[in-house]
Amino acid sequence: MVTAAYNKMEMMICTAARFLEDGTTVAVGTGAPCAAAMLAQKVNAPNLVIIFEAGGLAPLLPQMPISVGDSRTFFRGIMAAGMNEMMTTCCRGMVDFAFLGGAQIDKYGNINSTVIGDYHKPKVRFPGSGGANDFASFCWRTMIIAVQNQSRFVEHVDFVTSPGYLSGPGAREDAGLPAGSGPYKIITDLAVMGFHPESKEMMVESIHQGVELRDIMQNTGFSPVISESIKTTPPPSDTELKVLREEVDPCRYIIGRK
Amino acid sequence: MNIIEEGRSPLFMDPDPDKAREFFRGKPRAMTDKRMTEKESVDKFIPDGCYLAIGGFGANRIPTAILHEILRARRRNLGFLGHTSTHDFQLLCAGNCLKKVDVAYIIGLEARGLSPNARRVMESGKIEVCEWTNYALCVRLRAAAEGVSFGIARSMLGTDTLKMSGAKVIECPFTGKHFVALPAVWPDVAVIHVHESDIYGNCHIRGISVADLELARAAKRVIITAERLVDSYAIRINPTRTVIPFYLVDAVVEVPFGSYPGNMAYEYFSDEEHLAQWLKAEKDPGEFQKFLDKYIYNVSSFEEYLELCGGIKKLKELRKLEALVDN
Repeated sequence: MVTAAYNKMEMMICTAARFLEDGTTVAVGTGAPCAAAMLAQKVNAPNLVIIFEAGGLAPLLPQMPISVGDSRTFFRGIMAAGMNEMMTTCCRGMVDFAFLGGAQIDKYGNINSTVIGDYHKPKVRFPGSGGANDFASFCWRTMIIAVQNQSRFVEHVDFVTSPGYLSGPGAREDAGLPAGSGPYKIITDLAVMGFHPESKEMMVESIHQGVELRDIMQNTGFSPVISESIKTTPPPSDTELKVLREEVDPCRYIIGRK
Repeated sequence: MNIIEEGRSPLFMDPDPDKAREFFRGKPRAMTDKRMTEKESVDKFIPDGCYLAIGGFGANRIPTAILHEILRARRRNLGFLGHTSTHDFQLLCAGNCLKKVDVAYIIGLEARGLSPNARRVMESGKIEVCEWTNYALCVRLRAAAEGVSFGIARSMLGTDTLKMSGAKVIECPFTGKHFVALPAVWPDVAVIHVHESDIYGNCHIRGISVADLELARAAKRVIITAERLVDSYAIRINPTRTVIPFYLVDAVVEVPFGSYPGNMAYEYFSDEEHLAQWLKAEKDPGEFQKFLDKYIYNVSSFEEYLELCGGIKKLKELRKLEALVDN
């Protein structure tokens, strides 16, 4: 049952959490992805194994970590290892999901978190890959949680930091990336987008309540494919909102963001 | 070997393992007392122009005292290796210490935001950059530790990160598949903060080791800063816990609260207020210079810095936060 009002961030986190399946592994960063993984663990995926690239394995997260290497990322965990252990687990094909973020994303799910403008004379320099390129290369299904607008969802990214489907069908495999891996879902404040099974182009799968298809078009710098069986995204349930607000992010670090 | 594609950025360090072996041949193995001060260790092992790598993870288990000393010594033209580097990179940018950087994650402080000054430095075009990923840098260090000239991974394939790296894509002689050859890197010096060390440099780390086990074995010289010095008996009674053995280590510096304002697992949490002050001060270059004078340049020791930041009262609060007591 749904009665409570909710904000965009809560909508995105609850939606993302539902894609995480019980008994799987997920590599996360700080912020919304971590909140989604914590929520999934408490609501729909109690046996979800959370992995942090700096070495934390399966913590019982007491609070939101500030860094993917801070002590909360292995608080009462199964193992406090290192980057090599976590990344090679991804390389072997044992990590099912990963969350990524970036300044720009294109229709094939390629992500830029390195520079805006010319590489050698950047208008804006961003942090770079960190572990994102590794996750995007090795994890089976990668997801993004992001606010949708024209400056983020662009026809061409200025720099491909992390691989989506690159230039289209077959391109990942041609480049040497593991077959069967790649972008899975993009969860925004407007919609959930997947990727067309043949063309590998971003495809609107469900629209959030109160959002029109034209809102999505106006906030996307390219024309996404529209699924033939487009749905309305189910809103957060009372249980999800209660757990998110009271257990996952009681200080509203993430869900309080504007 | 068939090279399918190669990155355009220059390699800053020679990947020849025999040159590295020649260096390691001469590295002392004697178990001697390696204690020294922060200043002595910087004077001795971190000259202008050397290639430096910092242990830990950005603002977790970092050797802050040595970084401050590098700034006070006005070191210039350093090379740097940064898998996720945050406050460490922010400090080196603040001191204008850098010339060429192998990077995976820079400028940002993760959930805290981006460093305005590090961004100015990196957007100035004065720093040579070579792009990698966190795992790629880990593999490069691992290859160095193994004494081979390159490691292999599938990171960066198909991306601009690869184009702006110094990696090469090669064909596997067994399967014909494409892999990325990542050149070994032997940093001139690594600085790693640990929980406990004896006077010889035998170290214990609690919690995650990040890439420090590889780093300690790849670097030509290693400076250890330790929360506390322990008697060698504490090492010998439980050799299972030793993660860095003495013969890798060149200097041991005892620095209680040495990762402050960063997090030190099981000891103290990060000082988020102070890290936020950094980001605020950096917005205005003039203000930032005063901030740096106050907290680094006009300060004579790390103890004095800790006092300036709130001393024992503040540190007790951070201990409490770390232990999740009374929260």
